[in-house]
Amino acid sequence: MSDTPLLEVEGLSTHYVSERGTRVTRAVEDVSFTLRDGETLGIVGESGSGKSTLALSLLRLLPPAARHVAGAIRFEGEDLLTKSAVEMRHIRGKRIAMILQDPMASLNPLFTIGDQVGEPLRVHEGASRRGAWERARELLGAVRISAPNARVRNYPHELSGGMRQRIVGAIAISCAPRLLIADEPTTSLDVTIQAQYLSLLRELQRAQGLALIFITHNLGIVARMCDKVAVMYGGRIVETGPVRRIFGTPAHPYTRALIESIPKLGDSNGRLTAIEGQPPDPAALPGGCAFHPRCPARLERCAVERPHDTAVGDEHRTACWLHG
Amino acid sequence: MTPLLEARGVVKHFPVRGSLFGGPQKVVRAVEDVSFVIEPGATLGLVGESGCGKTTTAKLVLLLERPTAGEIRFDGESLATLDAQGLRRYRHSVQAVFQDPYASLNPRMRVDSIIAEPLVTNERLSAVELGESLRKVLDLVGLPARAARLFPHEFSGGQRQRIAIARALTLSPRLIVLDEPVSALDVSIRAQILNLLKDLQRELGLAYLFIAHDLAAVAHMSHVIAVMYLGRVVETGAARTVATQPRHPYTKALFAAALPSHPDDSRDEIVLAGDVPSPLDPPSGCRFHTRCPQVMPHCSTDEPKLAGVDGRDVACHLYDLAEVARATSPRG
Repeated sequence: MSDTPLLEVEGLSTHYVSERGTRVTRAVEDVSFTLRDGETLGIVGESGSGKSTLALSLLRLLPPAARHVAGAIRFEGEDLLTKSAVEMRHIRGKRIAMILQDPMASLNPLFTIGDQVGEPLRVHEGASRRGAWERARELLGAVRISAPNARVRNYPHELSGGMRQRIVGAIAISCAPRLLIADEPTTSLDVTIQAQYLSLLRELQRAQGLALIFITHNLGIVARMCDKVAVMYGGRIVETGPVRRIFGTPAHPYTRALIESIPKLGDSNGRLTAIEGQPPDPAALPGGCAFHPRCPARLERCAVERPHDTAVGDEHRTACWLHG
Repeated sequence: MTPLLEARGVVKHFPVRGSLFGGPQKVVRAVEDVSFVIEPGATLGLVGESGCGKTTTAKLVLLLERPTAGEIRFDGESLATLDAQGLRRYRHSVQAVFQDPYASLNPRMRVDSIIAEPLVTNERLSAVELGESLRKVLDLVGLPARAARLFPHEFSGGQRQRIAIARALTLSPRLIVLDEPVSALDVSIRAQILNLLKDLQRELGLAYLFIAHDLAAVAHMSHVIAVMYLGRVVETGAARTVATQPRHPYTKALFAAALPSHPDDSRDEIVLAGDVPSPLDPPSGCRFHTRCPQVMPHCSTDEPKLAGVDGRDVACHLYDLAEVARATSPRG
């Protein structure tokens, strides 16, 4: 059993369908990856790349217009796509938790911190209100909030942005989940507060053996936090592999261009390598390889044939005709 | 050479209304005794976290706020003494590009009207001359001439930011305030805009006041960096010096907290405890002493002054000691 990955996503496709079914947006198309216990995967992409739809698909939290059209999501060996709504409710927040970008929007302004941190315990584990508050105090301590006894009685508006995001973290880990999905968890935070939060997440991960998925547009977060990375473009994973390999020898021209386009501390001269053009509209993706109109290394076949997913190294795969 | 823009001991306080029952009037000390210089054709990068006063500083430079004390000089002339005509000239010379090109462009105006608006309100030009300048700035920012007849919603974020830059260029300014100009853009687009800004600086001799929270981007774009914490400049100097060998404990922590560009880029992690204190009630002495990993007893009472350390200016008592040690050592 120890060989079974914690999470196995196979050929997952999620489309948005317009009301009359005439327009289909292929937000996520044929995505596969695996995640083992305690591993950290970064899913990187720009707006419209499908990374957030992918995250919502994993938890089956999609808006009504979205359809799972193919594939399987096996979590601890069970296919989540075949679960009933009730069964999913028992998984969400208990075995798979999620942290969203904006901590103010994910906390209820009308309830105290103690009630909100304790809520998953009451829902999933039938804890009493008193017991849930007791645990909430411990959890606040675990996410390094000073004076937890006083803080449980506060309301979200009484806390700073960094503290609120740590509260959201405390809610996420309250039922000791196996997998935590963080969707741009630090974009609204200041640099030093971001560093605090990332080191906290890493500590929690070590202490609880959590598997983490970071959904982000920020390659720096991937470089600091992740073991593996999957780069998404136009709804598909264009490259995936161990972080050091991807940063050292990126195989896909998009990955390489992304890494080279980021300014680096200490080299202030010269121009950045820019990627020409814009990210594609997910409702009107270019044919062949979706990156071909912007690709500096495109071949003739790139505009007509979609490249297959090919192995280019140990656990390192890419979909590009340069390696096809 | 006179600097293009010089701020001397600039202070900005915002009074906050007290409670319903009176009580002492509170004051937000947003900017406290800030001095800097922007040379013609050069970039000053302002870095710091929310509440450090960098946006207030930008507003003071744009004359959207007036300083409580201190003065800002442009071309050697104090802004406080400018007459109406002088102010008009100043406002021509200093333009701004803001963070969100979705909010900063009027959705009901076509691109040509958006870009030409500053010209129409400020100068009497014939239609032919207007068209001429319009083509010129569109070309400068790399937009096709047909863009002129379109509406902002027909453009992507990166192209909208080009439109905002074009509008800032129409009055041939000498200084542009760039407040987070790329943080709302997609990663693959940011480099395009940063490159464009560098090209424009070289071609037109523009000076920039560049404000961003992405430290690597600021270091890349700037000639000089000023690091602010709770309204004060704690370290300032040549961009490369400050970014690669920071001296102030806050600058060190800030650049150590900046995300690496490579997994093997192993900088020491300095994780600061706690949040930035409120500028309503900043800590006494050195404002950073509540979070400083190298705090000393007198840091909470004595306010450090900016002084030269290793080729840049730092406001920190650690370097007073170094001074003392050097002065008392037998070899001097």
